[in-house]
Amino acid sequence: MIDRYPTFVSRVTISIVFVLATGTAALATEELNFSQAPYESRYYRLINELRCLVCQNQTLADSNAELARDLRLKTHQLIESGESDDSIIRFMVDRYGDFILYRPPLRMRTMLLWSGPALMLALGLVIFVRTTGRRTHPKPTLSTGEQQRLKTLLNTPQKDQ
Amino acid sequence: MIPELGTFSLILALLCAIVQGTFPLLGAHRNHGHWMNLARSAAWSQLVFVGLAYACLTVSFLSHDFSVRYVAFNSNTQLPVIYLISGVWAGHEGSLLLWALILAGWTGAVERYSSAIPQEMRARVIAVMGLVSTGFLLFIIMTSSPFARQFPIPLEGNDLNPLLQDPGLAIHPPILYLGYVGFSVPFAFGIAALLAGRLDGAWARWSRPWTLFAWSFLTIGIALGSWWAYNELGWGGWWFWDPVENASFMPWLVGTALVHSLAATEKRGVFKAWTVLLALVAFSLSLLGTFLVRSGILTSVHAFANDPARGVFILIFLSLVVGLSLGLYAWRAPSVRSTLVTSPISRESLILINNILLMVTTATILLGTLYPLVMDALGLGKISVGAPYFNSVFVPLTAPLVLLLGTASVIRWKQDKIKRLLWILTPVLLISFVIGVLWPVFNMPHYSSVAIFGVTLGVWTFATAVVGVWSRTSGGNRWRRLRNTPSSFYGMTLAHVGVGVFAIGIALTSAFSVEKQVRMAPGDHQLIGGYDFRFDGVIDVRGPNYLAQRGVITVLKDGLPVSRLEPEKRTYQIQRNPMTEAGIEAGLMRDLYVSLGEPLDDGRSWGLRLYLKPFIRWIWLGALLIAIGGLIAGFDRRYRLPSGIRNRSPSTVTTPSVGI
Repeated sequence: MIDRYPTFVSRVTISIVFVLATGTAALATEELNFSQAPYESRYYRLINELRCLVCQNQTLADSNAELARDLRLKTHQLIESGESDDSIIRFMVDRYGDFILYRPPLRMRTMLLWSGPALMLALGLVIFVRTTGRRTHPKPTLSTGEQQRLKTLLNTPQKDQ
Repeated sequence: MIPELGTFSLILALLCAIVQGTFPLLGAHRNHGHWMNLARSAAWSQLVFVGLAYACLTVSFLSHDFSVRYVAFNSNTQLPVIYLISGVWAGHEGSLLLWALILAGWTGAVERYSSAIPQEMRARVIAVMGLVSTGFLLFIIMTSSPFARQFPIPLEGNDLNPLLQDPGLAIHPPILYLGYVGFSVPFAFGIAALLAGRLDGAWARWSRPWTLFAWSFLTIGIALGSWWAYNELGWGGWWFWDPVENASFMPWLVGTALVHSLAATEKRGVFKAWTVLLALVAFSLSLLGTFLVRSGILTSVHAFANDPARGVFILIFLSLVVGLSLGLYAWRAPSVRSTLVTSPISRESLILINNILLMVTTATILLGTLYPLVMDALGLGKISVGAPYFNSVFVPLTAPLVLLLGTASVIRWKQDKIKRLLWILTPVLLISFVIGVLWPVFNMPHYSSVAIFGVTLGVWTFATAVVGVWSRTSGGNRWRRLRNTPSSFYGMTLAHVGVGVFAIGIALTSAFSVEKQVRMAPGDHQLIGGYDFRFDGVIDVRGPNYLAQRGVITVLKDGLPVSRLEPEKRTYQIQRNPMTEAGIEAGLMRDLYVSLGEPLDDGRSWGLRLYLKPFIRWIWLGALLIAIGGLIAGFDRRYRLPSGIRNRSPSTVTTPSVGI
């Protein structure tokens, strides 16, 4: 893994330069045969959730890059050899890192990404309750001392009349 | 000569913008009439000079003046005239010039149609727009002049990026910018009101039509972008959650919140401070979008660091605009007194939920868009946040919105009874659900909970729209009541129906689309969802500035031909990379879609991608209805009455103000 990494990085850099310079939008196709029908739908779902590592922002499904083609064939091969989705994803992540997944895995450093929406929704709920829960005319509240004084004031006959 | 005239006009426009941004503001502060009057002439002269600069660049394109670097880079002599004209906004420099032109145009429109607004307010609004314009013109002149010359002069230009040679993308940027830049109007109204310390219902009424127009244009602009991607990229999709798309979607979401909260502020005097904040945020996000797209930071954090001049300028400009406007808000907003929401069962309360959900959605998209950038910048590793993430957080946040939207058509302002609402709406919901269950059964190949859910929501919006119009016009002469109902109500209803159409489109497309990558030799058949695709071979064709291989596919149903699809693979003569042009047979119920891949080794066969896309047209149709609804609401007569009559309109008189 470690010694493979530098070559991979340089390959990525070169290809990014290439892709940006030409802006290719040609289409990727290759002929694939599936031994079982569910394999085919799993294949399309997987290649639509995996990223072409050398393109600007394309899935394996959409990319025409050579690496994407290789990885599509690899995905097909792994599906046909009976691997589960999870193990195919683990294979890809072991080789290329989390960058290949368009659905970021739940880890310590992606915690905020996944919990953010729920946290913000909770905040929104608090805002809603506070905004609609306020009373238009808050009842006057007096301390016991003040109530005592009020009582005496009301009960005291006014002298200057 | 003409390019120099362009540069000169830009400098004059900048001077006008500076005058426009300063004197009227000071004049309004000191109550100095002549200085306030400068707003008018400065705004118009700025429009003239930016227009002149824009015309100069267009003339340079039309006359193939390749001594202008931008022209040489984005066009060549073979390019059809329409793409010479749209080539002006194909690159960074020209897009900014278009931005400045549209900003000057909106300013002129505000100046022209705001005679009923007090002079002081108008002067401030025009001045704020002048300040924004100053920033953009400075940016163009200092870092991104489209008129820079080059030597030696090339004999032939580099051609327009072939991706952009499509009618959809030719008109996409101007419409999108009309929306983006249009949010500068409510922004300017908001700042002006904060400066004056006058955030009343009148402020909301003045901003409302402008906000609606800007928001409608943004809606159409985004839909056009999506439609283009579907036609041109050959991947059969319509939305990828690419950061560039998100950059336009975030201001749209905030704009949607703003359109609703402005209604509540105008009608009931609630949420005043919040509404101003939304106006500030909507425009700030438009600027952030420009920063994200134009600085190169999306491609790579490092690309941004390598050529920082432009990015740093936008970043400083963005911080100034956001910082100053939020600072002003923090200073002034605490003194604003709004009417309070008295009951959670009321229209204003629903609008509050709408706003909260839309803002949480916006914040989520912002989080997903910036998270990988921040992680990369902090050296925490590279991750990708794409469609699977956004879809799984977006749907739970927005589906409740559609349910609320149906309720909004019948709920009353101020206080309503939950019993009354349940009495009216429960049957409607049940009927919608039944149709939601039955529709896919009759129409679609297999069971899908997504489809039932989407169709139920869609039918719910249609049914509640009808109930809404019916209950609004009952009592008395229905025909007269129908006529007297303001167009803003019809606009709202149409836009809500558009949301339903959109929801049905998304649900059915994502549930029942069929995709197949195949190898086909001439004469081969492929069966997809009851359609028989026959490959008839590939012919060579010559376009104005490209050569193409055109596949011919006949689609048969029950043995009879229903359509002939002609996907192309084009090679443009200058930029030699291959481009796909999908072959599409559009239909209200389904699209047949084919794109042509590579020729295969045996010399006869081709790789092809075949798609069946049910109801995908409903997605853009829904967006179009939403935009038309916004425009109809914006043209409501109420906004155009002279101020005297307007002040007597019942909504302002009967509004009980309960300030605390």
